[in-house]
Amino acid sequence: MSLLSVQGLRVEFPTRRGVLTALDGVSFDLDRGEILGLVGESGAGKSMTGAAIMGLIEPPGHMAGGQITLEGQRIDQHPERYRGSHIGMVFQDPLTSLNPLQRIGDQLMETLKIHHGLDDATAKRRAMQALDEVGIEGKRRDHYPHEFSGGMRQRVVIALALASDPKVLVADEPTTALDVSIQAQILALLKQLCRDRGTGIVLITHDMGVIAQTTDRVAVMYLGRLVELGATDQVIHQATHPYTQGLMASTPTLAGSVDQDLFQIPGAMPRLDAVPAGCAFHPRCDRAMPQCKTHAPEFDGRRACFWSES
Amino acid sequence: MSRWDSDFVYAFKRSPVACVSAGVVCLLVLAAVFAPWIAPLNPFDMAALNLMNGFTPPLAPNAFTGETFLLGTDDQGRDLFSAILYGLRVSLFVGFAAVALAMFLGVFLGLLAGYRGGWVDTLIMRMADVQVTFPSILIAMLIYGVAQGLIAPDNRGDLAIGILILSIGLSEWVQFARTVRGTTLVEKEKEYVQAARLMGLNPLAVMVRHILPNVTTPVLVIATITLALAIIAEATLSFLGVGAPPTEPSLGTLIRIGQDFLFSGEWWILLFPALTLLLLALSVNLLGDWLRDTLNPRLK
Amino acid sequence: MNVLETQALTQVFDRSQSAWLRRLTGAAIDQLVAVDQVSIQIAPGETFALVGESGSGKSTLARMIVGLDRPTSGQVLLNGEPFNPRQMSHRRQVQMVFQSPYASLNPRWRVQDILREPLQAFGLRKSGQDQAARVSELLDQVGLSQSDGARYPHEFSGGQRQRISIARALASEPTFLVCDEPTSALDVSVQAQVLNLLKQLQKDLGLTYLFITHDLAVVRSMAHHIGVLKHGQLVEQATADRLFADPQHPYTQMLLDAAPVIA
Repeated sequence: MSLLSVQGLRVEFPTRRGVLTALDGVSFDLDRGEILGLVGESGAGKSMTGAAIMGLIEPPGHMAGGQITLEGQRIDQHPERYRGSHIGMVFQDPLTSLNPLQRIGDQLMETLKIHHGLDDATAKRRAMQALDEVGIEGKRRDHYPHEFSGGMRQRVVIALALASDPKVLVADEPTTALDVSIQAQILALLKQLCRDRGTGIVLITHDMGVIAQTTDRVAVMYLGRLVELGATDQVIHQATHPYTQGLMASTPTLAGSVDQDLFQIPGAMPRLDAVPAGCAFHPRCDRAMPQCKTHAPEFDGRRACFWSES
Repeated sequence: MSRWDSDFVYAFKRSPVACVSAGVVCLLVLAAVFAPWIAPLNPFDMAALNLMNGFTPPLAPNAFTGETFLLGTDDQGRDLFSAILYGLRVSLFVGFAAVALAMFLGVFLGLLAGYRGGWVDTLIMRMADVQVTFPSILIAMLIYGVAQGLIAPDNRGDLAIGILILSIGLSEWVQFARTVRGTTLVEKEKEYVQAARLMGLNPLAVMVRHILPNVTTPVLVIATITLALAIIAEATLSFLGVGAPPTEPSLGTLIRIGQDFLFSGEWWILLFPALTLLLLALSVNLLGDWLRDTLNPRLK
Repeated sequence: MNVLETQALTQVFDRSQSAWLRRLTGAAIDQLVAVDQVSIQIAPGETFALVGESGSGKSTLARMIVGLDRPTSGQVLLNGEPFNPRQMSHRRQVQMVFQSPYASLNPRWRVQDILREPLQAFGLRKSGQDQAARVSELLDQVGLSQSDGARYPHEFSGGQRQRISIARALASEPTFLVCDEPTSALDVSVQAQVLNLLKQLQKDLGLTYLFITHDLAVVRSMAHHIGVLKHGQLVEQATADRLFADPQHPYTQMLLDAAPVIA
């Protein structure tokens, strides 16, 4: 049995111009000690997937189908029982998760006491342990959030998430606001925690470089649908979906050159109120066939596409 | 623009408070504009007044002349309904004109303070700080007093309305200036303003062409709320006898006249002008609140 | 001759309290050297990339070069002459493409008015007809359709807005363009479109670029020359091929090591 399982997830937003389907048939599993990347362009639904797992979809949006299970138990009906304890979260902007008026050591203790009903001494021990793990030591624990740099703040948030010893950690663009040198440190920290504790991590990012460096498996999303899922190496080097291939080819690399143009996918991802019929990607696809315009390809566990190499 | 408009209209239709208060405001404004055609009598035409009609209660025939008046008459025998319509005209005119003055002054000073910064900003905003430490009605009375002192007594009647507008307008500019300055500080750091500077546009052109169109939304909200304040300020000044002259009575003047008769049994002379003022100020205020909530989601 | 050159360009921000307050509290003068004696030369038709992390002073340097801020010391030379931002003939030649696709276009203006403004400001096309013709030429150059001119910025995607921003910068027929992180807010597939467009325009119009970014992979596909900025100082400057093959400064080496590699 996998640790976290998302099956046929569908999220809808009723608006006065009709119902928008933000996520449609998203399914994936996450194992213990595994890092799964969710990658896609802005509006692809990767953050929405993370929000669905945590039960944090903003009303009037709601889960309209599918189920989310943690160790076989459904969690989507009462997400508040699992959020923060069984499932931890790390966001792009660390300041949104920190209380600006409380010393970080105290914040951690408070969280532990509320979530787990620990006594002062145990809470303190666990809080200090968590801060040790992310490399925040000594009197820095008595500092306020504003006294830290962006990278250190993100460490505090990770400690905050890990202090409850969650089984799953959802990290939504945790390094996007950071400089590359700091980004590398945070990603290394996440990887290490995942190995040491067996925490399963869902890493949401738009950056293929981050995916390549950090994740074991990767799910590629487009317009609220899963288009490809597989081992990171495989997806990056032997992508089978035209969108993934295009995404990889249009990503600049250090091995590139000035004299060479980048590959470009024509057009832009449409908005949710203008989802094309058939395969959502077909208007931008250079391999689109007649059936792509009328039928949406099923996701077969690896990819959702009618086109095949042979 | 089109999206903003349709969302705005949609939100408007869904809010009963907004619809009703906008309806009431429209009705009152139309009544004021078309007062000469709607009013059964011209209340200021001395020749048409009959003192015998004085103190006629609403909807009851006068004991001497047998004439009936919808809302009764005052001590002079003036038809109260007509007097209210004409008073509404004065109140609304003074309100709109005072807001226009406050808006023009506040927007200009706010833009200037926000865009230029430095000592210009300090000077304008300290002036604003000092002014808000006094109640605006006090400022208006001060300006009114000074203006009265400067003007020869013979001209006072003609200029009374102008002085009223000036004193209320000058006492309400601060809120405009503060808001516009704040928005300007944000907008001027945006890249489209830098792009305009890269075209060698002078500061005035940048302020008027680029920043001004982007401060209109908060200005509209404040203008509506200030309109309610200005109408009440006008009524207060007139009630105190330092506002609209008896020859051009506003709602405030009518209320002052009416309060002399409240305890002698002629309650209608006070009640109807007061109700009209309440209705006007309340609906403008509700409309302003709704506009603020709708156009500025941050304040929700 | 270089299209653009900076000579010991320096920007010092004074963060201290006013003189009389300092005397009262005894606080010291507090100054931040944001850009410290930076000298670069950019040859015609080339792209010079300025790389640095946040706080390295790269945007401050850009603002001085285009004349939005006055340098504390040092100077900018345009075609060998001191650059005077107040002189319209100089002003016209140096334009900028900004980072944010959202804040860089006035939300209340139609696209055609945004593009027409520089034509009027620089007096480049007098008649309304000439202006309209130039606007449609610009739309065409950046790959937008003619009907897009009548629309407002919010009707466009991030990538399309960046195209509008580029068209506006091109309107005054500049020789030198500063691109300040023009694609860092865009998605990868759209970033490729915008980078390719910039390269194409460089070839077609003979433009010279100063390209500011924190992304080394983007630099690799755009730049001929690279300068690495750290805490306001230029720590290394070399041709792109040399810098990537054989970085000299430890900081450059660290940046290259930390960059996420797809391998």
